[in-house]
Amino acid sequence: MRGTNSSQAVAFAVLIALVIVSPSVLYPVFVMKVLCFALFAAAFNLLIGYVGLLSFGHAAFFGLGAYVTAWTAKTWGLTPEIAILLGGISGAALGTVFGWLAIRRQGLYFAMITLALAQMVYFFCVEAPFTGGEDGIQQVPRGKLFGALSLANDMAIYWVVAVIFLIGFFLLNRTVHSPFGQVMKAIRENEPRATSLGYRTDSYKLIAFILSTFIAGIAGGTKSLVFGIATLTDVHWSMSGEVVLMTLLGGLGTIFGPVMGALVVTAMENYLAPFGAWVTVTQGLIFIACVLAFRRGIVGEIAARLKLAL
Amino acid sequence: MQISRRTLLGATAAIIPLAAAPRARATDSVIKIGVLNDQSGPYRDVSGLNSVACVKQAIQDFGASSKGFSVEVLSADHQNKPDVGAGIARQWFDRDGVDMIIDVPTSSVGLAVASVCREKNRAYINVGAGTAELTGKQCAPTTIHWAYDTWMLAHSTGGATVKAGGDSWYFLTADYVFGHDLERQTSGFVTAAGGKVLGSSTYPFPSTTDFSSYLLQAQATGAKVLGLANAGADTVNSIKQAHEFGLTSKMRIAALLMFITDVHALGLETGQGLVLTESFYWNLNAKTRALSMRIKEKTPNNMPNMVQAGCYAGSLHYMKAVADMGVAAAKASGAATIARMKAMPTEDDAFGTCHIREDGRVLVPAYLFEVKTPAESKEPWDYYKLLITTPGDQAFRPLKDGNCPLIPA
Amino acid sequence: MFSIFGVPAPLLFGQLLLGLINGGFYAMLSLGLAVIFGMLNIINFAHGAMFMMGAFVAWMLLNYLGVNYWFALILTPLIVGLFGVVLEKTVISRLYKLDHLYGLLLTFGLALVIEGLFRNEYGSSGMPYQIPTLLSGAVNLGFMFLPVYRGWVIVAALVVCLATWGLIEKTKLGSLLRAATENPALVQAFGVNVPRLVTLTFAGGVALAAFAGVLAAPIYSVNPNMGSNFINTVFAVVVIGGMGSIFGAIVSGFGLGVIEGLTKVFYPQASDTVIFVVMVLVLLTRPAGLFGKAA
Repeated sequence: MRGTNSSQAVAFAVLIALVIVSPSVLYPVFVMKVLCFALFAAAFNLLIGYVGLLSFGHAAFFGLGAYVTAWTAKTWGLTPEIAILLGGISGAALGTVFGWLAIRRQGLYFAMITLALAQMVYFFCVEAPFTGGEDGIQQVPRGKLFGALSLANDMAIYWVVAVIFLIGFFLLNRTVHSPFGQVMKAIRENEPRATSLGYRTDSYKLIAFILSTFIAGIAGGTKSLVFGIATLTDVHWSMSGEVVLMTLLGGLGTIFGPVMGALVVTAMENYLAPFGAWVTVTQGLIFIACVLAFRRGIVGEIAARLKLAL
Repeated sequence: MQISRRTLLGATAAIIPLAAAPRARATDSVIKIGVLNDQSGPYRDVSGLNSVACVKQAIQDFGASSKGFSVEVLSADHQNKPDVGAGIARQWFDRDGVDMIIDVPTSSVGLAVASVCREKNRAYINVGAGTAELTGKQCAPTTIHWAYDTWMLAHSTGGATVKAGGDSWYFLTADYVFGHDLERQTSGFVTAAGGKVLGSSTYPFPSTTDFSSYLLQAQATGAKVLGLANAGADTVNSIKQAHEFGLTSKMRIAALLMFITDVHALGLETGQGLVLTESFYWNLNAKTRALSMRIKEKTPNNMPNMVQAGCYAGSLHYMKAVADMGVAAAKASGAATIARMKAMPTEDDAFGTCHIREDGRVLVPAYLFEVKTPAESKEPWDYYKLLITTPGDQAFRPLKDGNCPLIPA
Repeated sequence: MFSIFGVPAPLLFGQLLLGLINGGFYAMLSLGLAVIFGMLNIINFAHGAMFMMGAFVAWMLLNYLGVNYWFALILTPLIVGLFGVVLEKTVISRLYKLDHLYGLLLTFGLALVIEGLFRNEYGSSGMPYQIPTLLSGAVNLGFMFLPVYRGWVIVAALVVCLATWGLIEKTKLGSLLRAATENPALVQAFGVNVPRLVTLTFAGGVALAAFAGVLAAPIYSVNPNMGSNFINTVFAVVVIGGMGSIFGAIVSGFGLGVIEGLTKVFYPQASDTVIFVVMVLVLLTRPAGLFGKAA
């Protein structure tokens, strides 16, 4: 693949192998959850890692995607691929409006505007009748792929999720390594300079924002079909915090960091669930450790030790 | 090549601990009970680890080993999120071989877990959730609902308050399904008894801590009763603030869902005179006292409330059904186990002898209590005076009104 | 009795007053945040946890040591302030050279740890804390029944806010602080111990939150979640007022309290959200907030 180096190619091969092998070793529903969050984190990473924009409201797009997919699959009986695509499109539509408003501000103020807008979406989801309030949309049917293949079996839907994840992941990766991606990095490093070189930086930022929100919507929609439920959890601001945690822990601005972060955070939530409030304490300690000891994140540290770009 | 091998090793090293995690296969003579509830949020004290202790007490009292099988207990925190709860339930069934799930407070999570249990054909005893939908439109052959529901609370507390002259109401409602349910059902009883509902304030849940604004609005309507359609910490806060603003001199407070653990948090000074409904009180009779003392050895800072007592009674009755039908048959079908439980009358130290209805409703008696004054309270946790007992067959929504699809119309 | 927009005037006045009381808490909390941000350039997400600790320390002082409300009002900010010194020395001081983002993430982590530990120990249904006898009871204002304690909250909040403002704007220490914010190297060269000044500022900001926590203890139940319920709103207040602006924090704290109070009459479900609507509007028209200096 153009723009990637050999170590990344090897890592890609490993990733694909893991995606194929892991459901026979691990609990498939767990792996699907990891894949959905990994895709969400990778979409978020496109903004923070490559354009330098910290969005503190990404749950809005993830959650809206989940609601739209769940609602269209349950009420209209749409096939899963169309429902998920609609989830992504609604994420992108919301992303266009929010992006257009938010990219006028930088740094902290960008984070605060996205947080505030996401809070409004949360309020909308609490009040709007179609979201089912606190119950959420439950008993969402997984449906039949292209109207023919039933996805009720966990392994059947697993392959669909795996394909969606890999396509989304490659798309994001391709964007990062394209000429468009180079301009994004230039904006991250020095925006005035990029502007003076004649790039309309706002347009670049907006396009990156829309792409990121599209993928976030896809990730949310896929998750809602896997679990058959879309709830307020998906739009709550703590979900925005969680995706920051995943990306930070895995490694900001690394290709594979968000995947690793999603894996570790999801595993932790899964295996610490019997220990009650210790989940929050552990999450907090990980945040602190990341900031103090390894700011490059797990993949970032590994890459730095081995002098690789991952 | 060396590099790629390292990358590979690093990646696999991260996977191994997950793969090595216990993939327990349920052996034939082991029954697994999963206690799924809130262990970190607003309903932690209402259910939480004390519910787990109650299930363990039931196992001890039942003495399963002498009946030829052993019982294991798992527990997890659902964080009051339906997706988290449904996810844990799925994993427990698919991977850990859990046979029955009990407790599950918070209506939305209770409903989500009910549909997973139905799909996987495993037994489900809900105790902690309030919604009457569990035995109504969303009833299932795998579901039993134990200690209380919104209809019973509205009927008992709401009905008694109207009878005592409280004929005009203002509701303070938490803006989520449980709050709306409770408000709607109570309003029904109030208007049916000739009373009026003068208004309501729906406040954001769960982030509201200051209720003063809503209290003033309630006062301005001149209603005689302030109906609290909320639970847990919100109820405690709104009562405290009602006292502060002098509402209690003109209005009567009807706390529609309140547990003894909430009264403990509120203190008798503020809580005295409140009227509330529970289906269990530790000091009700000799049996409940003895039971509560046994449980208190496990949970020194807490006396069981109706949810925790329901976890005791529910798991006890479940184990009786398992012993009766055989472990293999119980593990094979949750619906069959639930059907056997419905066929046997319940008998335990917490609720006495009760009947389980076809829709899954356990017909426990509802007790209307008044909270004692500090002077009347003789010992720690001596909080309640019994006012009225509603027998189990009258305490809950009549079978025909629930529209449960299991019941032929 | 006349009415405004269909709402009886006495009810509206009552709501305004209540809004001011809540605004008092917002002002005290956002003041601490603004002071810390101005001096340390750290967005302290753990501020809500400090507020909660304030309430808990007061509760512990009463229940374990028998220390009454009035002494707790003085002791608690000192104790939590001391905790702040330890935090600053051990953890926060490592952040000064890094991007804002890391400060936000680290303090977010701190908040999770502190709240989780309290929740494990004390549960979350809340502990009762009685109103001191001197301040119990209520006065009839004609249009409403004002609990004496709530009146005291407004007075105490105003006094604390004005005192902090005065300290920073009108005293020698305050001028040193402001100078150190502008140019730490130069102030250090004049022989001022800048790191110590920074530590004290952090402790001071945290102590303000703890003071607010003690004030809040008798009104809200003492609850591990009480801080996280507030923190998002308080952030919005600081951003609206202008990051780092002391005056902005005070004014927008009280102002937003009132706006929120009025929303509770007309559309209560949105009372949480209205502040974010204001925040978006302000940020889109005045990027640096109402009273902030443009970056």
